[in-house]
This record gives sequence, structure tokens and C-alpha cells, in this order.
Amino acid sequence: MPLLEINKEECTGCGACVSVCPFGALSLVDNIATVDDKCTACGACLDVCPVNALSLPERPEAAAEDLKAYQGVWVWVEQFQGEACSISWEMVGKGRELANQRGTILTACVLGHNVGHIAKQAIAYGADRVFWVDDPTLAVYRTQPYANVLVELVRQYKPEIFILGASSRGRDLAGSVATELYTGLTADCTGLDIDPETNLLRQTRPAFGGNIMATIICPNYRPQMATVRHRVFEMPVPDENRQGQIIPIKPNLSEDQIATKVVDFIRQQGEVNLADAKIIVSGGRGVGGPEGFEPLRELAEVLGGAVGASRAAVDAGWIPYAHQVGQTGRTVRPDLYIACGISGAVQHLAGMGTAKIIVAINKDPEAPIFSVANYGIVGDLFQIVPALTEQFKKKLRR
Amino acid sequence: MNIIVCIKQVPDTTEVKINPETGTLIREGVPSIINPFDTYAIEEGLRLKEKFGGKVTVISMGPPQAMEALKEAVAMGADEAILLSDKAFAGSDTWATAYTLSQAIKKLGEFDLILCGKQAIDGDTGQVGPGIARQLGISQLTYVFKIRHLDPESRTIVVERLLEEGREVVETKLPALLTVVKDINQPRYPTFLGIRRATRMQIPVWGAADLPGADSSKFGLKGSPTQVVRVFNPPKREGKVEIIQADSVDEAASILADKLLAEKVI
Ligand SMILES: Cc1cc2nc3c(=O)[nH]c(=O)nc-3n(C[C@H](O)[C@H](O)[C@H](O)COP(=O)(O)OP(=O)(O)OC[C@H]3O[C@@H](n4cnc5c(N)ncnc54)[C@H](O)[C@@H]3O)c2cc1C
Repeated sequence: MPLLEINKEECTGCGACVSVCPFGALSLVDNIATVDDKCTACGACLDVCPVNALSLPERPEAAAEDLKAYQGVWVWVEQFQGEACSISWEMVGKGRELANQRGTILTACVLGHNVGHIAKQAIAYGADRVFWVDDPTLAVYRTQPYANVLVELVRQYKPEIFILGASSRGRDLAGSVATELYTGLTADCTGLDIDPETNLLRQTRPAFGGNIMATIICPNYRPQMATVRHRVFEMPVPDENRQGQIIPIKPNLSEDQIATKVVDFIRQQGEVNLADAKIIVSGGRGVGGPEGFEPLRELAEVLGGAVGASRAAVDAGWIPYAHQVGQTGRTVRPDLYIACGISGAVQHLAGMGTAKIIVAINKDPEAPIFSVANYGIVGDLFQIVPALTEQFKKKLRR
Repeated sequence: MNIIVCIKQVPDTTEVKINPETGTLIREGVPSIINPFDTYAIEEGLRLKEKFGGKVTVISMGPPQAMEALKEAVAMGADEAILLSDKAFAGSDTWATAYTLSQAIKKLGEFDLILCGKQAIDGDTGQVGPGIARQLGISQLTYVFKIRHLDPESRTIVVERLLEEGREVVETKLPALLTVVKDINQPRYPTFLGIRRATRMQIPVWGAADLPGADSSKFGLKGSPTQVVRVFNPPKREGKVEIIQADSVDEAASILADKLLAEKVI
């Protein structure tokens, strides 16, 4: 059943393909590469074969003029309770760069109600043009009206590239929009660049819980769509003097045609959200119980950070799931991650391994967390964490 | 209640180890499991069935061995199962996967609820759920961690969704598609009777020919807009850990605080 074709005449049995297959679908049988059903046709093996013995079926190609009709870079500007989300400005910053590389303009799509101020901000952050879609039905994010508005706009104005922040809302929305448009969508990217030869958007993302990276393209469908993780791209500096065009758009929406109603929002009390947090103080099995998170909270408070947790602490019921960092929780990318009593299992590292600076505080000097940390203290977190809090209070005069 | 649960068989990435010398994945002996988030979806489906009656149908697209995942779901208590397996489906990205699954769901007929996991732990995109909902033209509620209320009479459902800033309470009409996060429940184990039933059950396998209403050019590799062009190991973190040692805890804490301030991350 696998789609991968292996030219058995050409294969030299070198095994290069076997070792790059992310799915373990290739093996050597009688010194010839053999593929089984685990193959997902991802193509990782094609380039490593020194004798070009591997191939996948050709895909239908789109006509060049159809693709040419699509121009410009677009960004969706997410808002929550009338304020723009910082991830969106990160997208505008990157979108600006991509637009410059493609020699085209950057358009921001601002959807909401009474969000004219966000449309202006979008220009300041780097957009040339803003589609400002203001309507009571768009006050709170809901998939259907948001997706319908964006689908309409894309159909009418045909952007070449469309990027969205990979927040919960961004991923919810992008999946719906790309499906309706029948185009490719790359999830959760950590890198975007333009291939200088083909002018295609190269979209790089982690998969397999961060164990592998994949670069993905979308050559025959438009727009090329991607969601991008929090804090991957720099926050641009706004320039209030920048000029741009704000185009108000009246959407064709009516409340009685929207099945979903948002009834309530329960904000996390007094806590910074993990995805946006610059500093995270995180606890694992070593904190020993729910009250063990207290010193971590105090440190987080002094630093203006958020509190995270490993799966072990969440599964033990010491702290709610919303705090879980790692493969089955949230992926975070803070400037500073302080891991207290966390051993550092692969699944946890998958969620925080790209933090700028990692500090490990652990009794066990052999804990794997030390292998990814920049700084470590071996010892009792119940002594070290409060001491650290005191030091920061002193040094930061807080 | 007619409930459909979409499940994916995945390599147990938690069992994947990294070869410290080459930095590559060690895949030998990595078992295939039901995507962990999908086990929560199955459990939630079973609980709804127990409360409201009806049936739970599990459906998976994948190679023939994905049958094992379906049998496990049946052993947990699912009533029916369908495997979508065909060379024509191979190489599907999320668009083609959602298309194929939604075509099969259409063929199954009337339903009230579709449950998916938040994301699969191998592809990690979380795009298939929203894709199916859009293909079928039904409401989607992603990142659900609690079903607060479900009324089969008025056909409404109220859930809590886990978002970055907190929990959003939303209401929608059935039929709807939910993707669930881990906190929603604690999945049950297969029972002895369930395992016996699963062993005996003949699970139908549908191929492209079994979905005559579908546009076969949208299946598999040729129907997939995205292409993977390169797969590589993530860059390793540079450098080595600096272990801070001092005579007292306070001194160690002070040194660390100074270093972090010097790093300008605070
Ligand atoms: C390294 C790599 C990177 C990839 N990146 C992308 C990408 O960025 N964009 C893209 O479009 N494709 C991508 N793919 C392809 C993608 O993994 C497959 O399309 C896959 O079939 C579904 O995506 P997923 O694993 O992300 O599932 P998700 O969308 O994360 O799955 C969510 C839920 O959908 C249901 N579901 C998913 N797959 C199935 C199934 N086969 N049968 C039944 N239910 C299912 C389950 O309930 C699951 O919990 C990538 C593949 C690889 C190997």
C-alpha cells in the first residue's frame, strides 16, 4: 500500500533512507530498502538517497497564471475583549519582512466590534493596508462568522500568503478557512522564509512532539497559509507616523444565522497566560503537593511571570491542567524558564525546549533537565526558590 | 445520541528516545497507540451514550494496522467501527484527511455529535477536526475541557473551552464537532467482555470505491495541498549547563539572580 516507489535496481542498500524516516517505515531486507505501511509519503527520504532510487507519485500542477493572480501578504489580527493580542503584532512584523522580500504590500485583517483603534495600530506596526471589519456579530471570536468573513475577503482579493498566530483561536480559525478555500495550511510554524528560486513560502515546524522538524511548502494552491507559534518572531516597534490605508468593510452577517453563542468567560485569576509569558516558573513532582507551588507563585509574582507545571504535577491534581507545559499541555517559549523539581522528560522538553534561558533547580544532579539548562542549582527547591525570591526582591527593589 | 469519534493511530512519541550521539530518533520498538487525546474523545462519547442512550461509532483512516486502534476502542465500549484504508488515501495532509473522513461520515448518515482529539501527537496540527466540521457545515468547538450541558430535546450543547486567557463558555446547536483536551475525563480501560467482543467483531474496511459520492481527485497525496520537502532534527541547545555552587543557599541564589539579570531576561 505505501506510495513510495523504490527502484530495486538502483538501490545500493546504503541505508541512508532508513535512518531519516521519521516513521520507521523503511528497513533493509536482503540489503535493499523496503517500505511498509507506516510510510506516510512525507518524502523525507527522497533527498538523502545518493542514487535517486526513491520516488513518490507526481502531483497535479496548477497553471502558473492561476497562481499569479494571487498577490500580497496578509495577516489576521486577533483581538480579545477589544485589545489586540501581541502574537498578531509578531505576525505583522514577520509579514512586513515577507512582503518586502516579495516586493508586495502587507494587509492586516482586523475583525471585531469597535476596533478602529486596532486598525490604526496595525498600520503603526507595519501594515500598508487594513481591512477593518467592524460588526456587533464579530465582537467576540466565533469560528463561523470570522471564517466566513475571511473566506470572502480571500476570494475577492486573492492574497499569495496568509499568516495567523497559532493561538487557540488562530488555529481554530485557520483550519476552517483553509478547508473552505481548499488550500494548504501549515500548523504551528517556528520559521517562515521565501525560497529565493521558487518564491514559495518555506514553512518550518516541529512535529512528533518536537522530536523532528519539517519544512513544508504549498506549491499549487493559494493562498499559502500558516499559523505561527507565540514569541517566535520579534515584536516590531510601532511607528505612529506610518501611513497606510484603512478600508472599512461591512460584513454580510446576521446574528440569527450564527449557531454559536459565547455565554461567559472565566478569566484565570491573577495569572499571566503561559503562551505570552516572558518568564515562567514551573514545578514538577519535586514540589510534593499543591502547597508546594506557593513558593513558585511568589517567585513568579516578583518576576512578573506565569506559573507552569509538568504533567506529573498536573496528573497528581496539585495544579489545574491549564498550567501544564509539554507535549500534552502547552508549548511555551519564554525568555526565562525556571524548572523547579522537574526531571525533564522528553515530553516536557518538547514544550519548553526553545526557551531563551532555562534554569534547573533539582535535587537530582542526574536529572535530564540539566542537559538542556543554561544554569542549574542542585539542591532543595524549598530552600532555593524562596532564597531566589528574596534576592530578586532586593535586586529589583520590588 | 448518535456519536462519531475520529481516532488516529500514532507512534507512541513518548516512547521515542533520542540517540545522544547522532541526535536522531530511535524508533525501534516504539509501539503504535491510539492518539492519547482521542482516548479522551472515546471516553466522552461513551459517557454521553451511557447518559442519553444511542451509539458510538469510531472511525479511523490509516493503514490496515490501524484496525488495532479501532479494536481497542471497541474493547472500551464503542458499538461500531469503520476503517478507511486504501492506497488512494495514502499521503493525505490534513485537508485530504478531513475530506475523506467527512465523506465517510456523510455515508454513515445522521449523527448528533462528532468528537476528535485536540491534536494528534505525531502530525501535531490540530487541523483535522476544524476541517471535518467545515466540510460538513456544522459548528466546531475546539479545545473543549468540559461539557456543561447537553439537551437532546432542544439540540443544544454548552461547553467550556480552554483558551490562553481562561475558559470560555459557549453554546451551540447539534450536530456539532468537538475537539477535546486532556482534562475532560479519565479514560476507562477495556473490559474483558469488551476485548472478547472486539476480537470477534468484523470491522468494515472502506476504500475509495466505497465513497462513490466523493471526488476522488481530492483523496490522498494528489488531493493534498501541502508537501513536506525536508525533515530534520531540531537544532540542539547550544552550550553546557553552568552549575552554580556556593557555600550557602543565599549566596547561590544571589549569584544566579545576578547572572539572570546580566542575561537581560528579567
Ligand atoms: C512531519 C510532518 C509534518 C506535517 N505537517 C503538516 C501540516 O503542517 N499541515 C498539514 O496539512 N499536514 C501536515 N502533515 C500531514 C498530517 O500529519 C496528516 O495529514 C495527518 O493525516 C493528520 O494530521 P495530524 O496528524 O496533524 O492530525 P490532527 O489534526 O492533529 O488530529 C486532530 C484529531 O483529528 C482526528 N484525526 C486526525 N487524523 C485522523 C485519521 N487519520 N483518522 C481518524 N481521525 C483522525 C483525531 O481525532 C485527532 O485527534 C504533516 C506530516 C508530517 C509527517
